[in-house]
Amino acid sequence: MSDTPSATAELKLPKDLAAEKGLVNVQIDGVWHQFPKGTRMIEACRQAQVTVPHYCYHPKLSSPGNCRMCLVQMGMPPRPAPGQEPQRDENGYEIIGWMPRPVIACANTIGENMGIRTTGDLVTKCREGVMEFLLINHPLDCPICDQAGECRLQEQSVQFGRGVSRFIDMKVKKPKNVDIGPRIRLDDERCIMCSRCIRFMDEVAGDPVLGFTQRGTHTTLTVHPDRLLDSNYSLNTADICPVGALTSNDFRFQMRVWFLKETPTIDVNCGTGTNINVWTRGNKIHRITPRLNDEVNSAWMPDSHRLNFHYIDSASRLTEPLAKTAANHSATTWSAALAEAASRIKAVPAAQVAIIASGRMTNEELFLARTLAAEIGTTQLSLVPRTAEADALLVAADRNPNTTGAKLVLETEDPYAKLDSIREGVRNGSIKTLIVLGEDLITDAGFTADDLQKLDFLVQSSVLANPTADQAHLVLPSAAFAEKRGSMVNLSGRLQRLNRVVELTGQAHDDWEILRDLILALTGEKNEVHHIEDIFKAIAESIPAFNGLTLSKIGHQGTQIAETGYQIPLLANERARKAAGLING
Amino acid sequence: MAVVKLQRPKLNFGEKIYFGALIKGFFLTMTHAVKSLLGKSAGAESLASSGLGVTMQFPEQRWDDHLPEYYRGAPALVTDEQGRERCVSCQLCEFICPPKAIKITPMEIPSDDPWAKVEKRPLEFDIDMTRCIYCGMCEEVCPEQAIYLRKDYLFAGFSRAEMVHDKKRLYEIGGVRVGLVNKWNELK
Ligand code: SF4
Ligand code: SF4
Ligand code: SF4
Ligand code: SF4
Ligand code: FES
Repeated sequence: MSDTPSATAELKLPKDLAAEKGLVNVQIDGVWHQFPKGTRMIEACRQAQVTVPHYCYHPKLSSPGNCRMCLVQMGMPPRPAPGQEPQRDENGYEIIGWMPRPVIACANTIGENMGIRTTGDLVTKCREGVMEFLLINHPLDCPICDQAGECRLQEQSVQFGRGVSRFIDMKVKKPKNVDIGPRIRLDDERCIMCSRCIRFMDEVAGDPVLGFTQRGTHTTLTVHPDRLLDSNYSLNTADICPVGALTSNDFRFQMRVWFLKETPTIDVNCGTGTNINVWTRGNKIHRITPRLNDEVNSAWMPDSHRLNFHYIDSASRLTEPLAKTAANHSATTWSAALAEAASRIKAVPAAQVAIIASGRMTNEELFLARTLAAEIGTTQLSLVPRTAEADALLVAADRNPNTTGAKLVLETEDPYAKLDSIREGVRNGSIKTLIVLGEDLITDAGFTADDLQKLDFLVQSSVLANPTADQAHLVLPSAAFAEKRGSMVNLSGRLQRLNRVVELTGQAHDDWEILRDLILALTGEKNEVHHIEDIFKAIAESIPAFNGLTLSKIGHQGTQIAETGYQIPLLANERARKAAGLING
Repeated sequence: MAVVKLQRPKLNFGEKIYFGALIKGFFLTMTHAVKSLLGKSAGAESLASSGLGVTMQFPEQRWDDHLPEYYRGAPALVTDEQGRERCVSCQLCEFICPPKAIKITPMEIPSDDPWAKVEKRPLEFDIDMTRCIYCGMCEEVCPEQAIYLRKDYLFAGFSRAEMVHDKKRLYEIGGVRVGLVNKWNELK
């Protein structure tokens, strides 16, 4: 017979075929799959879409294997006697010899020709047993427990538990409602000792303040006696706690999670652009949690950013356009406000008009700000820099979320360059009209109220009442980050999307609409900008980095559009731990 | 879920033209007519009916004493023998309520309260009686035996706002209910 390629392929065994690709064959619940060498059993099962219930395992943390919920049955081919050929089935896989005792799937790695069973009598009995142990001392707290509705213990006791308790002794009592930090409350009776929070504080936050004391059923999670759980990342422990032992003081008892709807969007508190989910009921935001993105924030976010949303429905929100009449501001209509703005802007030569925009604006808004400047004929356009200390994890020194986007959209190396000259111009009277978009000049840009009084005309768009608005002739209420759509580019050059989470407050308008209408009022010409997509299309056509993109193509995980060389420190740590084999993913 | 196929019963000719049933109905009606003329209609005494004994003079006369144990009147909150408000504002009733009649705002019980260990109770609890359909789902779902459908059924008001029972009103209607499970007492 001739040695055709197909004939040799037929002779090859599955293990050799897999080895060529650096993979190994694993049978999961009777079906053969291929996975890279070194994958954990639990990850292999996940990739094969087989659920293995677990508590202590978290892909971003080390696997101590202490909850035993992930027990599965494992089998390997029996070792052949010397000189004996291994037995194979008709497809060339070796016959699996099943082990009589279960193994944990989270800490064991797969091997060639391994078999995993996640169903069957042995596994069912194991899960039932583990659930029974976990529930022996667990309080009947679900009606008051904040975790109810997203509690792994609840879910898995329904799925895998016995349904009734056989335990008749007194339950072990532990501290409840313990104040362990400014943002976190601990209930030790609900803790199932998975140690996720301990490992997170140690391995990711780098502030190992949590630990277990006592032994056996008396094991108690505590904070170090001289310390508090006050890291800026403490609220992540409430996210990963599979039960209601750690809850957020801010969200606690506010709303049940089953009423909440999650909307994916991004955080705008710094240049990292952390991916988040915003949880709302009706038009009210109740909490923010991090959303997994391995290129940005992994699975975490800082507390300072997470809690910065209460202003959105606060009393200082601006809800209608205001015009200054004599000393006070009074409400006006949008059409009157825009017509007034247009006529006042046109009243002075273009060289005396300046625009101060914000690094918190989306690409679309910045693009329109640039169009507005071109329409007026001024070159005086600047953003307001905003910097603060960076931490070594996620928080960037640049607290403007869209500096990179501003560089690209405004096509300048330093979008903040002209701020000083504009300030100087206002002081020496060469600038008479100032258009301020979403910035508070007095608090953030080094202006004083006296400076602003020199102006003939000051118009500001803003979300909240602020000192600059007090001086402005016209105040236009605009949208908070959770109320708008658009895109931003983070410090590492990733284009990401903001989604509208809640409806606009009062008569506030989306920022891009304010700019479009202002341009319309200035030129008097109809423009064809009806949707934010129209602006993005214009950006994609004129700015090379955006070529070929649309808002929907960006996707929930973002798209890399520029190489800036910026490294998010937390990701560097995580990649190092992954390369060292400490974590999975 | 198993699917059971049911056969329609086969009707004979007489049943198909339902003439027999009409006659049966006629005789039933006539029997009641005669009985009431003789003052022997069902419930004539117990309802203290007037006229021929078939009309109850509502609202002067009330049906209230005859309400069966299982009667489903207005839903209301109850306290227990220790005067503790049983509702922990778990919001399950709010979730289950088919016409969305219930609205709850939870709060944390302050630490100086004797029942601080319960941690949570409603700050506000509103049931909109223009929406409530007296289905009893809230009573069914409550894990704390805190909400019951009582025997009150007469509600009227001049505005929609008046038809919303707030927490105070709900406890007035509900009153005290004894003999319930008290899981928050010293032992759990
Ligand atoms: S942790 Fe889960 S099971 Fe325990 S009381 Fe809370 S919701 Fe219930
Ligand atoms: S508090 Fe939560 S995360 Fe921490 S060990 Fe207990 S159950 Fe696990
Ligand atoms: S009785 Fe039914 S409709 Fe009325 S409040 Fe309860 S659940 Fe809602
Ligand atoms: S279900 Fe019961 S305990 Fe829960 S909120 Fe309703 S009345 Fe209160
Ligand atoms: S998940 Fe494997 S032991 Fe906890």
